[in-house]
Amino acid sequence: MTMLSIEGVHTFYGNIEALKGVDVSVETGEIVTLIGANGAGKSTLLMTICGRPRASKGRIVFEGRDITGTETFEIVRLGISQSPEGRRIFPRMTVLDNLQMGAISTDPSYFTEDLKRVFTLFPILERRQEQRGGTLSGGEQQMLAIGRALMSRPRLLLLDEPSLGLAPLVVKQIFEVIREINEQQKVTVFLVEQNAYHALKLAHRGYVMQTGQIALQGTGRELLGNREVRAAYLEGGH
Amino acid sequence: MATGAAESRDVPFATILKNAVLTALVALILAIPLVGFETVASGAGSLTVRTRFDWVAYGTLAVFFGRLALGFWLARRVPPSSTEPGFLTRAAVFGSLHAKEIAIVGILFAVVLPFFSSSTVVYVATSVLIYVMLGWGLNVVVGLAGLLDLGYVAFYAVGAYSFALFAQWFDLSFWEALPLGGILAAVFGLALGFPVLRLRGDYLAIVTLGFGEIIRIVLVNWGAVTGGPNGILNIPGPTFFGLPFARNAPSGQTTFHQFFGIDYAPIHAGIFLYFIILALALLTNWFTLRLRKLPIGRAWEALREDEIACRALGLNPTNVKLSAFAIGAMLGGFAGAFFATRATFISPESFTFIESAMILMIVVLGGMGSQFGVVLAAIVVVTLPELRKIPILEWEPGQYRMLLFGMAMVGIMIWRPRGLLAHREPSLRLFGRKDGAK
Ligand SMILES: Nc1ncnc2c1ncn2[C@@H]1O[C@H](COP(=O)(O)OP(=O)(O)OP(=O)(O)O)[C@@H](O)[C@H]1O
Ligand SMILES: [Mg+2]
Repeated sequence: MTMLSIEGVHTFYGNIEALKGVDVSVETGEIVTLIGANGAGKSTLLMTICGRPRASKGRIVFEGRDITGTETFEIVRLGISQSPEGRRIFPRMTVLDNLQMGAISTDPSYFTEDLKRVFTLFPILERRQEQRGGTLSGGEQQMLAIGRALMSRPRLLLLDEPSLGLAPLVVKQIFEVIREINEQQKVTVFLVEQNAYHALKLAHRGYVMQTGQIALQGTGRELLGNREVRAAYLEGGH
Repeated sequence: MATGAAESRDVPFATILKNAVLTALVALILAIPLVGFETVASGAGSLTVRTRFDWVAYGTLAVFFGRLALGFWLARRVPPSSTEPGFLTRAAVFGSLHAKEIAIVGILFAVVLPFFSSSTVVYVATSVLIYVMLGWGLNVVVGLAGLLDLGYVAFYAVGAYSFALFAQWFDLSFWEALPLGGILAAVFGLALGFPVLRLRGDYLAIVTLGFGEIIRIVLVNWGAVTGGPNGILNIPGPTFFGLPFARNAPSGQTTFHQFFGIDYAPIHAGIFLYFIILALALLTNWFTLRLRKLPIGRAWEALREDEIACRALGLNPTNVKLSAFAIGAMLGGFAGAFFATRATFISPESFTFIESAMILMIVVLGGMGSQFGVVLAAIVVVTLPELRKIPILEWEPGQYRMLLFGMAMVGIMIWRPRGLLAHREPSLRLFGRKDGAK
């Protein structure tokens, strides 16, 4: 069943057309990844799903419901949660407060259970719960950003470059957790990545974006074997 | 090595001289219209202009040499090592570690104070408490939600006038009108907040500034209801469970002193007022401290940090800001109702922009978000002008008040931009955690 379908979406920043008719679909239970060069429009696509900026043309449908014009703060309540580019945790608030903010739009009776689940995924966060977000290491901040996004009990999790600036070992760890979230907690994941090798290995399917358009798509393995993809995103890396 | 570096630092003469000349130039430009001309009455009611260019020259020279000296001093100064906290920082850290003890001592002191003081001291202490309460109320808006409100006095005025009018037209007592004053102020807060809270920082400040003035001008001009510039007289004082404070009982009533069989003393009413505002202020404090721990308080803090992230987490920023605005307004309204009952007379004079500025100053001086800092700042700001009543200090600080406040603000911005008693909470504690988390 299709969970999210993006149909011919155009997005503008003033006069700049950042998305030029994008079609993407995500099936329930999948991990789908979106790779592409800097400035291709990947973050713009994730933000457009959440209504900021808005699509000026095209449709975004989530679980059969058109959300193209829905307010950002209501989209979360429908079951979409985003860990945005640059993490955007609250640096002066504690880890626990950050996680509580993640749960702000959900029924408080789930809180303890959800918190426990996040702490099981990221045990380090439990030990650091009284520490301010801004003083965590980059990897820990990323874990906090993902944990915070999970606190709203999403059915669809949008992740923007979770591996950005992290050491290879931590990247591996984060990707392991993403798989766990997907397999054990049945959360569908739409993942934007620069780290194409890891992302394509993890994902069921992938899209390649070039200057605001989808250039290629296929299963993770197909794209890993594709010559263009190898030349553009994997050379030297692996 | 460190000392050698400090001694051998070059003193940049050219830069210092240039700065001094520029500063003197600015002073000159400002002084010519402000100091250079004076109007004097000459005989039969006519005015003539007298020039005082000699004063301008002295002033400009003073500024020039002052800036020169400051420049040399700054160039010579060994920068203080940043690892060693200053006295105020240590005081602030001490304060946050012993917040409970300080609060208990402070409250005990406040409770016994009126029994050992003259009526003047009780009067001034009551004024201080009004400003403490206003400061704590505004702190919700400015300190917690991060919204700069330059027209807070509007809500204070709404509270005061609504109590006065309810008392005048419907014969409501203080205790009946107090909640109404707060609720009305909150309604005004919502009405103003709804259209303007979409605005960002500076624009919001300007609109609230305008709102404060609009309320005042309405009060002045809507004579039929508000009494215009003459204000409202004979606002009833509060009663002690129905017992009025008066020398002679109004027909058919028992007064406070008759009921308790004590001699009449005017200070009783003053002390009673003092305890009412003390209770109101403590309630405000308790309420705002509770709010901080609730999801709404956390949402304010988060909104101050990152609005986009908040939206992505499902917060409606407008509603969150509105709640802060309305709660702040309500607290201001309570304080206003109390002000009216104490003064027994109100007029638009009491609700000018200067009043908003004073309250904001208390919040900023105290260190935004610091409850204890607000108390200290309110004491300083309110008692400073009262000092003239002490015979030895026969100066007229009233005239220089704004100048003193201005200088204090500049000083704060330079040395303690986060407020007198602000400090960074340690992000990590070695021994135990706060709030008793195991
Ligand atoms: N707020 C904005 N205002 C104007 N232009 C923007 C804005 N945000 C992004 N853009 C532009 O839109 C285009 C797509 O940006 P986007 O952030 O979506 O790229 P990206 O694929 O996420 O890149 P990266 O991998 O570097 O994160 C870029 O050309 C960028 O300059
Ligand atoms: Mg991006």
